[in-house]
Amino acid sequence: MANYVIKRVLLAIVTLWLVATITFALMNMVPGGPFLAEKAPSEATLKALNEKYGLDQPLIVQYKNYMGKVLKGDMGPSLKQRGRTVNQIIANGFKVSARLGGLSVLLAILIGVPLGSVAALNRGKWIDNVIIVISTCGIAVPSFVVSTVLMMIFSVKLDLLPTYGLSSPLHYIMPVMALSFYPSSYITRLMRSSMLEVLGQDYMRTANAKGLSRFKMLFKHALRNAILPVVTYLGPLLAYTLTGSFVIEKIFTIPGLGNDFISSIVNRDYMLIMGTTIFLAALIIVMNLLVDIAYKLIDPRIKLK
Amino acid sequence: MTEKKNPFSFQLDASDFLPADKEEKQGLVVMRQSVSFWRDGLRRFRKNKIAMVSLVVIILIMIFAFVMPSFYPYSYEQQIRGSENLAPMEYSAEELALIEQGIDVFPHILGTDSLGRDTMVRLMMGSRISLLVGIVASILVLLIGSIYGSVAGYFGGKVDMIMMRLVDIIYTVPDILIIILLMVTLKYPLQNLADTVPAFSWINTIGVGLICIFIVFALLYWVGMARIVRSQILTLKEQEFVTAAKALGAGHGRIIRKHLLTNCMGTLIVTTTLQIPSSIFTESFLSFIGIGVAAPMPSLGSMAAQAIGGITSYPYRLLAPAIMISLIILSFNLIGDGLRDAFDPKLKN
Repeated sequence: MANYVIKRVLLAIVTLWLVATITFALMNMVPGGPFLAEKAPSEATLKALNEKYGLDQPLIVQYKNYMGKVLKGDMGPSLKQRGRTVNQIIANGFKVSARLGGLSVLLAILIGVPLGSVAALNRGKWIDNVIIVISTCGIAVPSFVVSTVLMMIFSVKLDLLPTYGLSSPLHYIMPVMALSFYPSSYITRLMRSSMLEVLGQDYMRTANAKGLSRFKMLFKHALRNAILPVVTYLGPLLAYTLTGSFVIEKIFTIPGLGNDFISSIVNRDYMLIMGTTIFLAALIIVMNLLVDIAYKLIDPRIKLK
Repeated sequence: MTEKKNPFSFQLDASDFLPADKEEKQGLVVMRQSVSFWRDGLRRFRKNKIAMVSLVVIILIMIFAFVMPSFYPYSYEQQIRGSENLAPMEYSAEELALIEQGIDVFPHILGTDSLGRDTMVRLMMGSRISLLVGIVASILVLLIGSIYGSVAGYFGGKVDMIMMRLVDIIYTVPDILIIILLMVTLKYPLQNLADTVPAFSWINTIGVGLICIFIVFALLYWVGMARIVRSQILTLKEQEFVTAAKALGAGHGRIIRKHLLTNCMGTLIVTTTLQIPSSIFTESFLSFIGIGVAAPMPSLGSMAAQAIGGITSYPYRLLAPAIMISLIILSFNLIGDGLRDAFDPKLKN
């Protein structure tokens, strides 16, 4: 176990360092600095600005300075949003995105696990077919399509739900639905196939033969074994909701991290781009690591290398 | 022979060695042609109705995307003055006047956008971009992934360890983030290359954005393919036919190409087909947030993004690309599932 954890942690650290370095290198490859906007500032101003943010130093020095600061948890000042640090912007945006993402993950699991189980238990019946058709379509529809169709129905036609911002619980309904549409379909399919496999196992027949109640059979034997693949999917699911929210936040004008990331790319706010990339990458990598370790802990059948 | 034979005697029965008569021979004749791997798979695939319907849908969409625009009277970048924001099948005042004079005007089947561009032809071009991205990116992924994976799996040992660590790292990198960054930054050097070096001027004809997408997808998506191919090769290389090939003096390259990769053909086909919809998915995502293919070239994602502003007044402008992209992804998913069932039943779980 210890070996496995050490190996995974080392891999995570190397990956993070790589992501940070690639981001830094890419940002410095782009011609035209962050201050070259529509109205170009004068030579002197440009020089002063570059000096202020340390952009006039050789690249390797900039790299060393930046990495040193990041290690201490300081992502530097935003180059475009006056007087705000990248840390503040990320903290503000992440609060919003995390709430949105957390709710979506929760909804996806709450929909996917029961639906998949019901489909597997009723294999071949009409309800199974209906669930298969819906979930197959569900993984084929991009989230921007889902969210705009939802918007068209609930806001434009029925005028029930607000279309932008996140100021009340009502505001959450559409973004969360749109963001959890794909993962809940995916979990449904995953759950159905793993449930079918578990139901065909010998221990299920044994449980049935010894006269275990149907409830106990399903919840103590089938569900606990069948849910394991869903646990492994949690890592990718989290990555999906975090990056998927780029689109959702843009459509519903939500001031989250995804919005910051996209606008920082449009504005060429290097510090913010690097900061958000490193932050999101770290989050995804750490969560993946935790999920994988948790998975090994949950399932005693898996041999740890 | 009347003599009773001792059941434990080793004496041979002479009648067992008589030549077979016609009737006996008939029973040994192979009536059916031997079924090859391909024919067997194709037969199973053809029986799968859902997959066949999806295949027909994809072929129709391909005709729609690659053939129809050349016959269509409007082009995707042509801005028709006076016919901005037309509803489906509506004519502008100028066009109505022409019709009055007896001149045939081709109808705008899906109307026009705010710049007076015909939505139907833009939908065709958008589908073309999506299909191109999906197919080209998947072929690149197939090439890189199968070569890398088979080399790692075949040589094993230290080579495998080092090669697979790299795969592990790329696998852990959050792909969308790096794709977005690369898309933003790669455009400038590529544009430079296309403008300054004459040998690379073909980049401009295809479009910098599209080339960028190909490169970025090829850079990040091959790892999944490499892992699958490697695990297949690891089991295949222990089999007798590889030992036989080695004994006959076949080189490493020949063994990988002729013996190992041909034996994981089923997996390669299935994985490549299932890569297509995921590339299309990502491309539409990128275009939607505004960093995909450059305007005026439409993409289904950017068409949907433009339509959001007018969602109240022109919902069909959003519905057309939305339905198209969902249909393409759905069909490829179903074809991939069908191919998997037909060629690689082991992969099912």
